Amino acid sequence: MAVLSTSSNFQDPDAAYRLIVEAHRGVSDASSADLDAALVLILANHIGDIEVLREAIALAQRRIVAAAQQQQQQ
Amino acid sequence: MVLSNMVLSNMASSKTQFGYRRHQDQDRANVASARHPVVVVGAGPVGLSLSIDLAQRGVPVVLLDDADRIGEGSRAICFSKRALEVWDRLGVGSRMVDKGVVWKVGKIFLGAELLYQFDLLPEPGHRMPAFINLQQYYAEAYLVDRVQELPGIDLRWRNKVSGLTQHNDHAELAIDTPDGPYRLRADYVVACDGARSALRGMVGAEFEGEVFEDQFLIADVKMTAEFPTERWFWFDPPFHSGQSALLHRQPDDVWRIDLQLGPDADPAVERLPEKVRPRIERMLGHGDFAFEWISIYKFQCRRMARFLHGRVAFAGDSAHQVSPFGARGANSGLEDGENLAWKLAMVLRGAAPAALLESYNIERGSAADDNIRASTRSTDFIAPHSQQERRLRQAVLALAKEAEFAKRMVNGGRLSVPSVYDTPLSSPDGDAWAAGPRPGAPMLDAPLVRASGEPIYLTEAFKSAGGGFVVLESANGSGVDLPRQIGHIRVGAGAPLKDAARLFARRYDATPGSAYLLRPDGYVAARFRNPTPAAIEWAVARASGRG
Repeated sequence: MAVLSTSSNFQDPDAAYRLIVEAHRGVSDASSADLDAALVLILANHIGDIEVLREAIALAQRRIVAAAQQQQQQ
Repeated sequence: MVLSNMVLSNMASSKTQFGYRRHQDQDRANVASARHPVVVVGAGPVGLSLSIDLAQRGVPVVLLDDADRIGEGSRAICFSKRALEVWDRLGVGSRMVDKGVVWKVGKIFLGAELLYQFDLLPEPGHRMPAFINLQQYYAEAYLVDRVQELPGIDLRWRNKVSGLTQHNDHAELAIDTPDGPYRLRADYVVACDGARSALRGMVGAEFEGEVFEDQFLIADVKMTAEFPTERWFWFDPPFHSGQSALLHRQPDDVWRIDLQLGPDADPAVERLPEKVRPRIERMLGHGDFAFEWISIYKFQCRRMARFLHGRVAFAGDSAHQVSPFGARGANSGLEDGENLAWKLAMVLRGAAPAALLESYNIERGSAADDNIRASTRSTDFIAPHSQQERRLRQAVLALAKEAEFAKRMVNGGRLSVPSVYDTPLSSPDGDAWAAGPRPGAPMLDAPLVRASGEPIYLTEAFKSAGGGFVVLESANGSGVDLPRQIGHIRVGAGAPLKDAARLFARRYDATPGSAYLLRPDGYVAARFRNPTPAAIEWAVARASGRG
């Protein structure tokens, strides 16, 4: 089974983060969401491994969706 | 920029008041004004350090300041290893370290939980620590003491520059004093007159860059506390919901607290002690503290397009500004000073062409770009610009709890490291190196041993090697022949210094016969496996702007 890599793969992680931030600069919130959706599909296709994609979705759900629900309950 | 501030104690100001004294230069008619090699404007940490550096290199300096006291208040506190190495060369390093609070560990919290921690100097064998915290007024007071020990510096308080005229071979300054105006001419003027530099306006230069909308409360509080000597940074702490916070120790039981307030806070209200006190009480869990200083800031990251304007060079905040997340303000200014001092001294001595000064603009301009880039990234992470940026930031923070890649993206400030220069002064490597500082990088410290058995650090050996270019050689028999004016440090078998801990060999990938050519500021100009005297002379010429 393929394993999702969560170790840091960029030589300069700040530069990678910055590039994503800049892609959203000067764009409306709705357009940002559209941009993100396209980015997810492009990067998923580049990875090209359904198991890795499944693990990535699980990690995001665990950390983001679950955390948000927890906060709502508080 | 300071939006509003309040002095709440007289701190160190009483012991750092200086008197204005009339100088004979003021008796001269304007047409026959006195001429000096260098006039430095601004006696802050950068102007004072640069003046000491020049004086130690034999260049007499007139240092002007419009005030008559050391500035009080909550300003720079974190001084980097590189800054301390510079100060050590200037004769004040030990005093700074002795008074300062030494630290190297930073912790990042999300809510009440520790997200991760970092160590800025995990290895032994360095004379200077990763960082000290020291109130800027102490640093300035020690520098003024050092200035007064040296014969070459004429420090004139309450001398305010009111005009500048550039000529082909000098600049002329109009100066206001309590006794009225006078004029000075100088081969070179260095503007270390801070963020609101008057000289910058006089050369007609603009400041280009970004102003951040978020406001930050900075309070220095006095209290006895048992927190460790570490830099603590919070995202969304329980005591200051939705914002960031920072806690950092200074000498004399003073603690720096920095609380993000957002873009809509009213600075005139937020600075009031009755408003600030409950915020700090929520953070500390008690009210047993006194305020030293409170101010409300907005940050900016911006620079002048060029740091050289005719006969005027700009250094420190007058040339570039960053947000405080990363300790890149004062430290980069001190690096400006050390970069400029040796070049000015060589040009004034006739040992290098004036074109060497352009390398100051190239090297420190690219350093300013690095610092602005790092500081902008941190500030944007701490204070996201849009809903989408906030979402991205929150995703990074949430993922960081279990994914290492996200941890690496959490940015609560990337702390100052010395810049590496891509510069025309460097000679490219001709040999293969597995490690070691490359040309354009600063020398690395290493512990060595004298023939007497006494320990000595490499940076100390460098300090006593003459102050000019130095060849650092891994000894192999008799050693390379060098021109007279080049200093020489030899390490290894049969040499005056031994590499007992083997750290020098490792840090420099040093094999017998290999040599590094160090510039007067301790940066590597060239390195060779088996240099000929001609190769070294050629690299020295290139690093002197004669290449």
